[in-house]
Amino acid sequence: MIEGQPLIDFGWIAGHFDSIVQRIVQHLQLTILPLVIGIVISLILAVWAVRQPRAYGPVTAITGLLYTIPSLAAFAALRPIFGLSLLTALIPLTTYTLLILFRSFAAGFSAVPAEILEAAEGMGYTRRQRLLRVELPLAVPLMIAGVRLASVTTIGLATIAAVLGDTFGGLGQLITEGIQNFFPTKYLLGAALSVVLAFAADYLFVRFERLVTPWARARAGGR
Amino acid sequence: MTGLATHGAIVQFDNVSKSYDPEATKSGRGPAAVNDLSLTVPAGKICILVGPSGCGKTTSLKMVNRLIEPTSGRITIDGVDVTTQELTSLRRRIGYVIQQVGLFPHQTIGENVATVPRLLGWPKARLRERSEELLGLVGLEPARYRDRYPSQLSGGERQRVGVARALAADPPIMLMDEPFGAVDPIVRDRLQNEFLRLQETIAKTILFVTHDIDEAIKMGDLVAVFQTGGILAQFGTPLDILAAPASEFVARFVGQDRGLKRLSLLRVSDVPLQAAVTARPGDGAADARRRALDDPLRYLLMIDASNRPLGWVAHGDIPAEGALTETMANPVSPTVNKRTTLKDALSMMLDADVQTGIVVDRTGAVQGLLTVDAIAAKMRAGEHAPAFDQLAASEPEPGEPGADETGAMGAAEPAEEAPEPAEEEPEPADGEPPDAVPPLEVGPGQQ
Repeated sequence: MIEGQPLIDFGWIAGHFDSIVQRIVQHLQLTILPLVIGIVISLILAVWAVRQPRAYGPVTAITGLLYTIPSLAAFAALRPIFGLSLLTALIPLTTYTLLILFRSFAAGFSAVPAEILEAAEGMGYTRRQRLLRVELPLAVPLMIAGVRLASVTTIGLATIAAVLGDTFGGLGQLITEGIQNFFPTKYLLGAALSVVLAFAADYLFVRFERLVTPWARARAGGR
Repeated sequence: MTGLATHGAIVQFDNVSKSYDPEATKSGRGPAAVNDLSLTVPAGKICILVGPSGCGKTTSLKMVNRLIEPTSGRITIDGVDVTTQELTSLRRRIGYVIQQVGLFPHQTIGENVATVPRLLGWPKARLRERSEELLGLVGLEPARYRDRYPSQLSGGERQRVGVARALAADPPIMLMDEPFGAVDPIVRDRLQNEFLRLQETIAKTILFVTHDIDEAIKMGDLVAVFQTGGILAQFGTPLDILAAPASEFVARFVGQDRGLKRLSLLRVSDVPLQAAVTARPGDGAADARRRALDDPLRYLLMIDASNRPLGWVAHGDIPAEGALTETMANPVSPTVNKRTTLKDALSMMLDADVQTGIVVDRTGAVQGLLTVDAIAAKMRAGEHAPAFDQLAASEPEPGEPGADETGAMGAAEPAEEAPEPAEEEPEPADGEPPDAVPPLEVGPGQQ
């Protein structure tokens, strides 16, 4: 920190409003894309694991292994292949969501009571109808719990993508620059915005869950 | 009226077997095997599959809607082999109720009930109409229940919804796997009674699994008793099975009290009634005394102007002359009606310490007398008598005791106590005195 400089320079924030917004948009991109891709892949893997229980172990092992790769190392390894592109950031960020998402999705499906599946089958649901109209809706609460966790994790992890530089760096770029330039306003702002994003995402998913699972709140005696 | 117009279909098992890899069954949790099962369930009847756990009753049930496929043999519905049908369309034409109900927690009660019609692609308005109709049918007020979720219902209410859901597409057949097994005894009894009443109007062919012999006897038109190893030990009406168990196993399974169980299946209308010697207050005592003396019972039943019983007068207590007065009557015998089970009637007679019960009609007018001897004769006759359809006794006011089975009894003349229901009751006193009846034993004389 440079002597005589205030901890937070509000003048600088006001002056760089546009570039701050741009960093937020970049960060959202770094979060939403891996989440969406991760959800799609995990859903496919989870449905497969429900059908083929033998697949559950290997899938868990592989997603777990991917999760252990240090993020910085992953960026470094992918950079020579994909350069300073979005892809270099998306690949590791996506693979990091898989462990959490796959496990929570699989847990959601396996938590559907056996008698409900039997009733559905006995009444003449086809497999696909049963999956879409019975298993999926009933798995939603546990699935959303996983998505909340994955989104918060990804928002934090995405700050590492600053190594990719100005074009895709997001809030991590703000933090890195602040540290390098001994300018606290920048890194404090980057950290604070990242925390705010994480809270906002979590809150949104809670609201979303309440919206799509009205039945889960209806309890005996309630009307 | 109910919109459930499709009546039952015939379900037939021809030499059906299901075997499992011995390794897989050793663990015990898997489904039980079935061994060469052949039986026919007539259209519109309730057939109970009963037996100890591991006897293959549930396996047999699930082979009908092909949740389990048989290893060999054939199951037909109205002559059509179930394996030739497309799986989902077969199942949509068979109602299915399970013990844990399996309602969809994320759907409202109305949506749950409309499940099969929705799968069949009925238009939305009709789905809604249908689920309301069905809820009403099982005794749940549609406006109150339609928009609630299963978690907001009691166990008994959920079970009703399960039945409504199974009936929604008006299937000819219902498969019910311990449908009332998860509710408490009082609720179970009520659900059973309601279901029997419902079945009188919908007349579906019902295969019903239970491990409870009492439920089997109560609910079944026919009962198939299974024993371990998936072997059909006996198939017949509840009365058949109670009267003549086919094997040691069946006798043990139905229990030591099978005599009492038979009594609970028979009703007063199944037994020929005795005529009573009756008189009204104000009638001449001398004539009444003479008539009472002529009767083997030697008791006079005092009745009021509407033929309702006032009480008994022993012939010795009837004055030689003058008129009868109401104070002479000693009201001891319990009154029963033709719908009363013999078990209840006998119990009431034991409680009152008498050997005769007074049978009255809906207005309370005397129809005749029920004696312990007549009950005993009925029980003896049942041991050899051919099966009869106990459904005949299920109308609220059956006309007369079924002519078919009383013929076999030969004990008494059933004619005189079969008056046209209600008002113009013929004076039963004028009837021929029937066979000897032990005297009514009134209070003091007994111990």
